Amino acid sequence: MSLEIVDSCVGCFACEPLCPNKAISAVMQPGEPLFFINPDKCTECLGDHDLPQCAEICPIEGAIVDEYGEPLNPPGSLTGIPLHLLEQLREAECRQ
Amino acid sequence: MELPVISNTAPVEASGGCSESGCGTAPDGLSHLPDHIRSKVQDHPCYSEEAHHYFARMHVAVAPACNIQCNYCNRKYDCSNESRPGVVSELMTPDQAVKKTLAVATAIPQMTVLGIAGPGDPLANPERTFETFRQLSEQAPDIKLCVSTNGLSLPDCVDELAKHNIDHVTITINCVDPEIGAQIYPWIFWENKRIRGIEGAKILIEQQQKGLEMLTARGILVKVNSVMIPGVNDHHLKEVSRIVKSKGAFLHNVMPLIAEAEHGTYYGIMGQREPTPLELQALQDDCSGDMSMMRHCRQCRADAVGLLGEDRGDEFTLDKIDTMEIDYATAMVERAKVHDAITTELEMKRALKAAPKFNPAVEEAAPATRNIRIAVATKGGGVINEHFGHAHEFLVYEIGPKEHRFLGHRKCTAYCMGDESCGDGETVLGGIIKSLEGVEVLLASKIGFEPWADLEKAGIKPNGEHAMEPIEEAIRAVYDEMAAAGKLALPAGGVAAQAA
Repeated sequence: MSLEIVDSCVGCFACEPLCPNKAISAVMQPGEPLFFINPDKCTECLGDHDLPQCAEICPIEGAIVDEYGEPLNPPGSLTGIPLHLLEQLREAECRQ
Repeated sequence: MELPVISNTAPVEASGGCSESGCGTAPDGLSHLPDHIRSKVQDHPCYSEEAHHYFARMHVAVAPACNIQCNYCNRKYDCSNESRPGVVSELMTPDQAVKKTLAVATAIPQMTVLGIAGPGDPLANPERTFETFRQLSEQAPDIKLCVSTNGLSLPDCVDELAKHNIDHVTITINCVDPEIGAQIYPWIFWENKRIRGIEGAKILIEQQQKGLEMLTARGILVKVNSVMIPGVNDHHLKEVSRIVKSKGAFLHNVMPLIAEAEHGTYYGIMGQREPTPLELQALQDDCSGDMSMMRHCRQCRADAVGLLGEDRGDEFTLDKIDTMEIDYATAMVERAKVHDAITTELEMKRALKAAPKFNPAVEEAAPATRNIRIAVATKGGGVINEHFGHAHEFLVYEIGPKEHRFLGHRKCTAYCMGDESCGDGETVLGGIIKSLEGVEVLLASKIGFEPWADLEKAGIKPNGEHAMEPIEEAIRAVYDEMAAAGKLALPAGGVAAQAA
């Protein structure tokens, strides 16, 4: 049982000091997500906090996923931007 | 010829008997401040309209994490071509930031102010922020240290801030009403939880107000920034201004919302509009009272370097500073000389402004003329020294028969971006003209033939006759010339109509 940071992470460091298990570290490998959660250390904060701390502070929707790949902060959940507008934005970004 | 400044409150009646300069107006509207505060801020480029032409500032991006979300911010953004708060190109460790600061201070001796402003919230990154301050206060005692914050962690950091000789803290306060706050802040992170809506906004507001009170109680200068969001907090900001002033903030800076769809922010995507220059100015006038406003604020990036309105960050990227040898002890001697020369020049200017004026009675008899707005293209130094086509912004002044005041800057895309983009000149020019709404005269060191005609058509008179002249003298000369030619007669209804 472990959470995972995917490549939409912007590397803001907000999660790193909050982890009760010191499972999060910065990665300097090109092409990899900017932060890495060590699956051997991650407990999803069970026993320490009611909710996983990295996902509670993360400002990027979809950047932290559970073991099934489901985002803890799904699209629209943090910014309040309606899904159809997010879709348009993503298409515009792809064209660039 | 030196000129007094129009006060921010009410137009002064031409009643005679009082020489304008004796009425307590000062070049920056800083005159109401107690001496110990004024001496701290009058040479600070961000606080003093006058000083910003001479002294430079820099921000170091050591603070990436944030503990709240604002609807005008997109944490994904990182762009070198964009100038707005929260955007940076390169994140740094405290050691790298210290080296960059020393490198810039050596290369640009006019750089006197180091700020930490993000790209996240500096106090949500207390270790990185305070490590940078600690090293700099030891190694570069001739640099003023500043920090800005959203205020959520501020009460916990006040003691630490007081330790590091930080005499200016900026708190961004957009509201004092949680219902309004919920429309600006979708969530905050507080006591290990993401707290949304009104509940989150309420905690944020309480922490901001508490932090403000704690700082002013310790004698640390506090500036309050507010973002003007039309239809959300525009009317409310008058109350914010009154409250923060009563709690001891020495300055309230109302800035316009920046919200374009391509920035990917909530407001940008949802089509929340930005205020127009005239709306911003009206609110700044309403909020100012006897409290000075930073009309020259440029809403700098969190990694900006140089004079306000310019960014020399490209000269000091990490790979470049790595190769630089810095002898700061020697640099400090050189810096002191440069600072002394600037201070002497500024003092001379201030003394001239304060000197009693000769006011012949004839002036009183001149027919009444109306106030107009004049835009000026400048690269700095307080003179008209920028070509129209190269200007990225224009300074706008309001000038009347006796007094003038600085209203603010209007940003634009430069008309000539180089040969390739000159094809876009037409649309760019349209944008410039729109940004100059309400302006009747434009002064630049040179203005090309094509934009000249379009400016005239839009009711803006271009003028290139005052190149290299001090701004204040030039706008006065232009005004007097127009007045003498009978072009500035008051509209029917006279003074009352103008004031309305």
